[in-house]
Amino acid sequence: MNALLASTPVPRDLPLPLPVPEWLLVVCLVAFFLVHILFVNLMVGGSVLVVIAEWMGLKNKRWDALAHEIAQTVTVNKSLAVVMGIGPLLCINLLYTMQWYSANALTGHAWLLIVPLVIVAFLLTYLHKYTWDKWSSGGRKTLHLLIGITAMLLFFFIPLIFLANVNLMLFPSEWEKVRGFFSSLSIGNVLPRYLHFMAASIAMTGLFLAGWFGRKNADLAHLGDFTRPELRRLFYQVCAYVTLGQFVLGPLLLFTLPPAGITTQVYLIIFSGAAVGLLTLWMLFGELKRDDTRIGSRYGLIVALFSIVVLGMGSGRHVYREAALAGHKAAIKDRTERYAAALAEFNKNLAAAPAPAEQTAEQLFINCAACHAPNVKLVGPPLTEIAQLYAGNPDGIVTWAKAPGKKRPELPQMPPMIHLGEANLRKIAELMLEKGAAAQ
Amino acid sequence: MDFPSFYLDHLAGGRLIIGLIASLHVLINHPLAVGAYPLLTWMEWWAHKNNRPDVDLLAYRITFVVFIVTTTVGAMTGVGIWLSTSLFAPFAIGSLLRVFFWGWFAEWLVFISEVALIMWWFLTWKKADTHEKKRKHIRIGVALSIMSWLTMALIVAVLGFMMKPGEWNQTRAFWDAMTNPLYLPQLGFRTFFALMTGSVFLWFASFFFTKTKSAFNPEPRRLREWIVYRLSHVVLISLLGTFLFGTWYWSAVPETMKANSSVALLTQEFMSWHGQFQTLLSWTIIAFLVVGIGGLGSSFMIPRWALLIPSFMGIWLLGHFERAREFMRKPWVIGEYMYSNGVHKDELAFLQSEGLLKHATYVKHREITEANKAECGQDIFMLACSRCHSTTGLNGVIEKFTAMYGADGPWDSAGMQLFIKGMHQTRTFMPPFPGTDAEAGALVAYLQQLRASPQTLPGAQSAGIVIAPEAPKPAMSAAAQPKP
Ligand code: HEC
Ligand code: HEC
Repeated sequence: MNALLASTPVPRDLPLPLPVPEWLLVVCLVAFFLVHILFVNLMVGGSVLVVIAEWMGLKNKRWDALAHEIAQTVTVNKSLAVVMGIGPLLCINLLYTMQWYSANALTGHAWLLIVPLVIVAFLLTYLHKYTWDKWSSGGRKTLHLLIGITAMLLFFFIPLIFLANVNLMLFPSEWEKVRGFFSSLSIGNVLPRYLHFMAASIAMTGLFLAGWFGRKNADLAHLGDFTRPELRRLFYQVCAYVTLGQFVLGPLLLFTLPPAGITTQVYLIIFSGAAVGLLTLWMLFGELKRDDTRIGSRYGLIVALFSIVVLGMGSGRHVYREAALAGHKAAIKDRTERYAAALAEFNKNLAAAPAPAEQTAEQLFINCAACHAPNVKLVGPPLTEIAQLYAGNPDGIVTWAKAPGKKRPELPQMPPMIHLGEANLRKIAELMLEKGAAAQ
Repeated sequence: MDFPSFYLDHLAGGRLIIGLIASLHVLINHPLAVGAYPLLTWMEWWAHKNNRPDVDLLAYRITFVVFIVTTTVGAMTGVGIWLSTSLFAPFAIGSLLRVFFWGWFAEWLVFISEVALIMWWFLTWKKADTHEKKRKHIRIGVALSIMSWLTMALIVAVLGFMMKPGEWNQTRAFWDAMTNPLYLPQLGFRTFFALMTGSVFLWFASFFFTKTKSAFNPEPRRLREWIVYRLSHVVLISLLGTFLFGTWYWSAVPETMKANSSVALLTQEFMSWHGQFQTLLSWTIIAFLVVGIGGLGSSFMIPRWALLIPSFMGIWLLGHFERAREFMRKPWVIGEYMYSNGVHKDELAFLQSEGLLKHATYVKHREITEANKAECGQDIFMLACSRCHSTTGLNGVIEKFTAMYGADGPWDSAGMQLFIKGMHQTRTFMPPFPGTDAEAGALVAYLQQLRASPQTLPGAQSAGIVIAPEAPKPAMSAAAQPKP
């Protein structure tokens, strides 16, 4: 277990229990997150494939038609990515309240930028999709391609903000070093995580499109001379080769993880996941060897295997997070409990103490003293002046204090003091007159 | 609050950004979702029944605009309210999530269905080419209209029950919020307001799609007359509803204010709000009335720009309307439970006796000395005041004190300290100062320094965090360590 460094902040947790059992939240977090990330993958990977295909389409029109068809899926997947992101956000907020919000605050500018950046990216994907036929030649086509590229670059950047947060929350001992979003990128292993995520995006999109265009009732009328088996093969290839690459990127991620949360269990889960991954890859390459009539017949099986791999990686990720934060969570719990105990003790003594006697006039006068001093004008007129105005007329002061008017143009408005109660105001008024007279 | 303090000086700490995002969200949600969906569905149905492809096409084109805006700016500002609150008030949103979990969860489910339905409706519009398919398609529109209205009804209730003082029984608090005297007038006001502004939006949008002749649209003039004539009716009817519910709301607010406000006090600021609301409501209604009646006469009487006037008045009115919530809430974020600066009601006396710095995490010092006084004061400002005030910018604390103590001449430190100790009495929308006398003194030292040399106060997002060395020791002993 990692010892907490002296500079590790150990804040007090919110003094409220979790609304549902912790294990349920964990299950929800892992499951909801995987659904969310699937759509994020399809959105990011889709935007990359659209750009590549459109660029290839400059030479050969058939690719342009394919790019257009992929673009239709991106705009749907992006909306699902957003809505499905709320559930996991809800869970992570609850499970890692102290770590998650802290990471958000430390990368605050970037975190806030998510909103406008995503809006712009989404608007650009729509612009890209709906101007496809209108802006199809010459300079307009270049502009069109550039819009696609800009949207893609935004989709490249936005996940980095989330990754930076997910990464930073794991290492509270490093928080003191952070000075804004960019400096947070040097903590932990953001870059390998990012590469792994990007590769997964493209691989998942490949797998999705193989099924999307390969499905029986897919309408390929707009796709020129592309045939169903050809499309299946193409996107299987994208999926297979990028997944092959994951066998480099995955270990890179794993072995650059800070030791904080590495346990045998983590290795066990990740390696089992990787083993299933290997099997999946083998099946994928097997599919690619089949002829046109039979390619795609194992699609369901491959998707199922991939789901197991992803579930494994997602669980491994969670186990690492739990291990990395175990010390911190325990310390927070301890501090929160000690604080709660001290607070309860204090409040008990407070309640046991004899009820405070009625407030004296002096104590009540504190409410006015910030603005009314004996001899000098603070905010309001000095007591000497008030004593002259209201000599022998404390009730006049009470009436005024309940609903002050506006008399002196050079002074601000006096706030109403009616909440102090008539009896108290009366006491104050008498003291005020006394003090004012004394100061004269 | 025990989180690194995200802080945007000059923007009243950053509250302004939450406000901006939330207003934008409401401004899109009301006219474009709640108001426009049923109207567009009705257009589609009418076109189908009377075999008018031109009306159908017009509905489709306007839906396109609605679809684009709601699935980008609309959806993301909704998420944005959450993301920005996480930054500015993590203690509040963190607590709200724990207390009102099921409310949020239900909202999520409704949101998913709304997004799925709008995509389904819009993206399959052109594919509904037979009678049967079209009827099914129209039903999707109906479902979408119901869902978007339900979202609003739910959110209004959720916001309402969040203000319920110390009610931890969720379902009860939820029903209480629904039966709150403000709930119905508020919901009715929003519904009719949405319909009213939604029809003006449709009207405005139709100008852009009824300009030129096309195969579908042989007579743009006829189409425009068709839609303007009908929309004027909707404007006039919903205007009546807006007026009635608005007035009901207006008369119900003071009572509820009295009941909800911790000190049963109607502030002057509120009274002026109350008066303005009535005036604004009347003028907005008149503006819509003129447009509605004009539209009944002839579709060409009301020029395009004239539609912008009631729209802007409506935006203004709605913004004003939303502020009532602010009044009722201050100085709490969660009624009778947690103050706006994250201090819990039950820990106030404790902190006032023990000190704010002693129990905070992200502060530079724990003991106030003559030398570090101003630095301590800065941390105290961050903890106690920064969620509502900036230093020298919007709602700046220096500006506030200047209004009290004057621009020239020294400020009386003892007087300031007294003011701070009693600030919840003088200004009931402020929470009590949650620290010791010495800490109030340190805060004053910081404020005096700030006045002498105004300086921007950076938040944790740029300056990072500092943790005082004597931080209460984390559980380092072997016994407190979790077992591996
Ligand atoms: C926030 C500062 C502030 C506080 C606190 C305050 N006052 Fe005042 N008071 C003023 C100002 C400013 C004026 C001058 C108002 C004017 O002339 O328009 C004033 C004026 C007065 C006057 C003179 C009225 C007159 O007829 O000229 C009286 C009496 C008075 N205050 C009583 C009180 C009492 C009693 C309290 C405490 C319960 C109190 N004030 C608290 C700011 C304050
Ligand atoms: C709940 C939010 C909130 C908090 C927390 C808060 N204030 Fe205020 N404060 C306000 C509002 C709102 C006003 C009124 C602004 C206006 O009317 O222009 C105000 C006004 C003031 C004024 C002017 C008072 C007057 O009579 O005109 C001062 C001075 C002030 N605040 C100081 C502080 C200090 C110091 C702190 C921290 C110890 C603090 N405030 C914390 C909301 C807050």
